[in-house]
Amino acid sequence: MIPELGKYAGAVLSAYAVSFVFLGLIVWLSVKRARKIRAQLEEVEQRLKSQRSQ
Amino acid sequence: MASIWEYANPKKFIDTSNRVIPALWLLTSLCLAIGLIWGFFFTPDDYRQGSTVKIFYLHVPSALMAINAWFMMLVASLIWIVRRHHVSALAARAAAPVGMVMTLIALFTGAIWGQPMWGTWWAWDPRLTSFLILFLFYLGYIALWEAIENDDTAADLTAVLCLVGSVFAVLSRYAVNFWNQGLHQGASLSLDAEENVADVFWYPALMTMGGFILLFILLVLIRTQTEIRARRMRALLARERMQ
Amino acid sequence: MIALLKRDLALAIRAGGGFGLGLAFFLIVVTLVPFGVGPQSELLSRIAPGILWLGALLACLLSLDRILALDWEDGSLDLLATAPLPMEGIVSIKALAHWLTTGLPLVLAAPVFGVLLNLAGPGFVWLTLSLAIGTPALSVIGTFGAALTVGLKRGGLLMSLLVLPLYVPTLIFGAEVARRGAEGMAVETPLMMLAGISCAVIALLPFASAAVLRVNLR
Repeated sequence: MIPELGKYAGAVLSAYAVSFVFLGLIVWLSVKRARKIRAQLEEVEQRLKSQRSQ
Repeated sequence: MASIWEYANPKKFIDTSNRVIPALWLLTSLCLAIGLIWGFFFTPDDYRQGSTVKIFYLHVPSALMAINAWFMMLVASLIWIVRRHHVSALAARAAAPVGMVMTLIALFTGAIWGQPMWGTWWAWDPRLTSFLILFLFYLGYIALWEAIENDDTAADLTAVLCLVGSVFAVLSRYAVNFWNQGLHQGASLSLDAEENVADVFWYPALMTMGGFILLFILLVLIRTQTEIRARRMRALLARERMQ
Repeated sequence: MIALLKRDLALAIRAGGGFGLGLAFFLIVVTLVPFGVGPQSELLSRIAPGILWLGALLACLLSLDRILALDWEDGSLDLLATAPLPMEGIVSIKALAHWLTTGLPLVLAAPVFGVLLNLAGPGFVWLTLSLAIGTPALSVIGTFGAALTVGLKRGGLLMSLLVLPLYVPTLIFGAEVARRGAEGMAVETPLMMLAGISCAVIALLPFASAAVLRVNLR
């Protein structure tokens, strides 16, 4: 694979690396926050529901 | 008062998107994988640009999405202003960081692609410069959302900012073109692949473009869900505090 | 409306109103540039139009929060909102007051400072003219930014982040007029664009500023 790239190997690979890092970051952060907020919301809703049934 | 969502719209949005998201994960991954593997391993080098042409498969889709994300935010902002659907305002908010990351990818891949061609890590090429300005617009938009506490006020202000920003973004594009072309007469510094792109490059490019579009939609759906839930949670906590 | 204008002008000029600070900042920036880039007159002469434009722009930026923040804090903005004046008129007057007390002095001072930076002969006229046409747009755009961030603690930095990208078209064309004029080249195109942008901004942006201010005053 690397020989295919010739003298531009550094440029091409770093371009791909940077892109994957950025994409990975935004995907991971989005999913992480989604899970966190979902859990927090469930907790709050549970708490209010049990309060109301008292 | 039953513990239901304040508005029917957000609930439907979450239900519908929940059904779509798993399929979207699969489709996005497939599209991206096929496009990138095909483009990286199975396409020839360009006679002029060598193997750097492979950066095309990342630079072009990300640049495409950087612009389209802002355009989507503009439409969502208009829908908010006119029809007051909260989901719309939240979708715009959700899309901004994704668009900003797309802009960053476009900037970095553009600069890296240009380095072997121009001999410098950064050049004030009109295209790259416009993306740098677009990045600043994204930054400002996100910062404004973060700075304002009241949800509705934030939605209104950011919507107007998006509108005004869109006009100035277009103005800037023309200004930047004028500004650079005045300095470098003739020299085609643009990474614009508008000379007929050979089919052998074009099809994997279409795949990656499709992959990036799908990824954008996927992330916006996920993030909008999060915004809806966060807003709901803030409302519940506020109500709780008042009791 | 004239009463509002007079009031704002008086407030700005009074001690503590910040009048003159913009000019002082402009002078400091112009003085600092040779320390940053070296004193060679040839170099300075080449970058003078851009530096002068940039300095004027930054000086404008720094005085923007004065437009609305003070009135917001003491409640007079709320009172103004209930006045029979349309909000669009109010923001336009505020922008005008800002230009008269900040922009106009900068326009007049620029050719003087141009001497410090070795500005080429023909450049003086074009620099002054481009600033005269462009600074009103800077005031109106700045008012929009001020309206967006009024009431935010430490909103100044955020306002700069929002306003500076909006300044880019005016800066590009204004500096181009000044630069080309200094080199004796034709200036029609950037001049037309600069004037067009200023006119459009002055005519249309107050509507956005007014809408934003109404939202913030809710």
